Amino acid sequence: MTDKLVSKGVSRRSILKGGAAVTGAALGSGAITGFPTIWAQNIKDVTLRQFGTGVSNLNEVAQKVKEDLGFTLEMTALDSDAVTQRAATQPDSFDIADIEYWICKKVWPTGNLQAMETSKIKNYDKIVGIFKSGKLTPESEIAQGTAPHTVGFVDGPDGKAFAGEETGWMTLIPTIYNADTLGIRPDLIGRPISSWTELLNPEFKGKASILDISSIGIMDAAMVCEAMGEIQYGDKGNMTREEIDKTMAIFTEAKKNGQFRAFWKTFDESVNLMASGEVVIQSMWSPAITAVKSRGIPCVYQPLKEGYRSWGGGIGLSKSLSGLELDAAYEYINWYLDGWVGGFLMRQGYYSAVPETSKNYMDENEWGYWFEGKEATGDITSPFGDVLAKAGETRDGGSFLERMGAVACWNAVMDENQYMVRKWNEFIAA
Amino acid sequence: MTDQTHLFIHKDRAAAEPVRPTRAKPSFSLHRLPDAVSGWLLSLPLALVLFFFLVLPIVMIVVVSFWGATEFSIYPAFQFDNYEFLLTSPVTYQVFLNTIKYALITWAFTLVIGFTVAYFLAFHVKTLTWQIVLFLLCTIPFWTSNIIRMISWIPFLGRNGIANSTLISMGVIDAPLDWLLFSDFSVILAFVHLYTLFMVVPIFNTMMRIDKSLIEAAYDNGASGLQTLTNVIIPLTKPGIMIGSIFVVTLVMGDFITVRFMSGSQSANVGRLISNDIALLQYPSAAATAVILLITVLLVISILLRFVDIRKEL
Repeated sequence: MTDKLVSKGVSRRSILKGGAAVTGAALGSGAITGFPTIWAQNIKDVTLRQFGTGVSNLNEVAQKVKEDLGFTLEMTALDSDAVTQRAATQPDSFDIADIEYWICKKVWPTGNLQAMETSKIKNYDKIVGIFKSGKLTPESEIAQGTAPHTVGFVDGPDGKAFAGEETGWMTLIPTIYNADTLGIRPDLIGRPISSWTELLNPEFKGKASILDISSIGIMDAAMVCEAMGEIQYGDKGNMTREEIDKTMAIFTEAKKNGQFRAFWKTFDESVNLMASGEVVIQSMWSPAITAVKSRGIPCVYQPLKEGYRSWGGGIGLSKSLSGLELDAAYEYINWYLDGWVGGFLMRQGYYSAVPETSKNYMDENEWGYWFEGKEATGDITSPFGDVLAKAGETRDGGSFLERMGAVACWNAVMDENQYMVRKWNEFIAA
Repeated sequence: MTDQTHLFIHKDRAAAEPVRPTRAKPSFSLHRLPDAVSGWLLSLPLALVLFFFLVLPIVMIVVVSFWGATEFSIYPAFQFDNYEFLLTSPVTYQVFLNTIKYALITWAFTLVIGFTVAYFLAFHVKTLTWQIVLFLLCTIPFWTSNIIRMISWIPFLGRNGIANSTLISMGVIDAPLDWLLFSDFSVILAFVHLYTLFMVVPIFNTMMRIDKSLIEAAYDNGASGLQTLTNVIIPLTKPGIMIGSIFVVTLVMGDFITVRFMSGSQSANVGRLISNDIALLQYPSAAATAVILLITVLLVISILLRFVDIRKEL
């Protein structure tokens, strides 16, 4: 495998501008102390294959890696199910897995990923508490579901079982996370929306949608049922069979009554449903809101009183990664947390695991709008140049602490996952 | 969809290959070999292709359907869990019924439309040139991907789509019709659109081979147009109808993407059950569903074949 990668890299090297390569090498060797300069030269020949969900598998990141670090990053974007499948069944097809924490819970037991030493992570101390102790601030309550810190650590390099606290060996290095809620079309609804119950409000009959990815969809469904007062869950992220049955019964009935216009599975589908006006209220992801807005159509990521359903993603390393490639991967991780990617992601509405380094790559207006929840002082543009907000507007949901502090539940894998999946399939088929 | 087409291609290839060497070396003529041996040799290439690319994969699917699965792996076993869950779940029956419903309705529409188009081409268009031109015209939409042809219905049928806005501006309806999209209607519309050509081609083919003097004879004997149609043309077109029907029924029963997109994921057919299972790494369960689907399709085809002996008619 190493041979193949090296030979691939050599041909690419010819395209690489000498200047960029030198800068990359210099930066690379400077970023991590203690590495001999010699391999900063070789690193140009490395190609790392990364795959993950579309949210962070962006070509801009790959380009910047080549400029800054000198090696080649090949990106493949897949949907959540396909990502899980690939991480679990094709360990040799990737070097870096960019996956979510709940996927990690599923995939880690296969032994396809290797634990990472936190001592090699330069900004480890600056990573937000959510990924270490589980607490955003010392007073925070830990939300239900697969909270990242519960599957973030293992006992040692070969640890199979997750450790409850910081051990020095991480399963995933956190990179990106957000608080999800319902997206609405304020122009077509025309009144304030403040609760998850609105998803099943008969007023929106035939104009609602929910996502058809079982492990995430069931959480949105649970948020709705709990808000309706129909079900009291012990833990929405780890339901009992009875709770699953009740939840699906409520949603099946709504489906039979024609509440839903469609279900969506991919990002694009959710954007099209919303932009075309087929749907006015639905589960949605932050960048999908951005995509609808950038078409000039009003769309709000509506904060709801019951709180957010949150998710987090991180980078995991393939078990088969070793030697120079492994060193390159660590360098990539350090670069990832160094701020450029963080700023790039935060300007799309996500959060970076090390917000303080991202600040260096955002201007004051951007930082104020995206992180502090302040009024924009000028146009807010996405990294792709679309205007997302104008001066005077504030972010839906407010500041980082307000949004991430109101997380009710994390995306999760349940003990009764197989049962839940079967019930979900029945719901879709009903 | 491709299964059948491949089959035919393989058949052609297999038939062509063994003949070539005998032409090159006449001294090695097949005539010297006993009939039985040359028969076996001639069928060998096709048999091998079918064995490796059809029989073996199916055997594999049957084997895996008895395996067990965890969240992230499958393990060899011999258990009936997959079948037990499948055959005891009411959803399975509902989904199979739905699949058969789609197949039947699509079959009826494609048959009527396909037969009419073929009849027009074969009997009303008088010159061969125009027949070929019009026939090619039918195939032009099929030069694009069938997924694109399917998805292009979505903006057309949507709540604010072309169909609804036209109807509203014409004053036919007051409010947009929601059932145009993401409903059984849109699923069947897409199926009919996608698969009618598979009915036109074989029917047209058999119609072209009907001896025109038979039709003249019918007229001479005083048969009306309708009587000629029901007593002469339809019976002679049966093999074409049957081949078209097999195409349409198997294509619709094995489909999953049309149902997913056109129903907005709200309806399910067997193909979607299988694709959901695969997405969730439940390969054994997917394999079991596939085996049941295969048996169902084979049953349907064997019933169809009871009506017409294609071998005799061709």
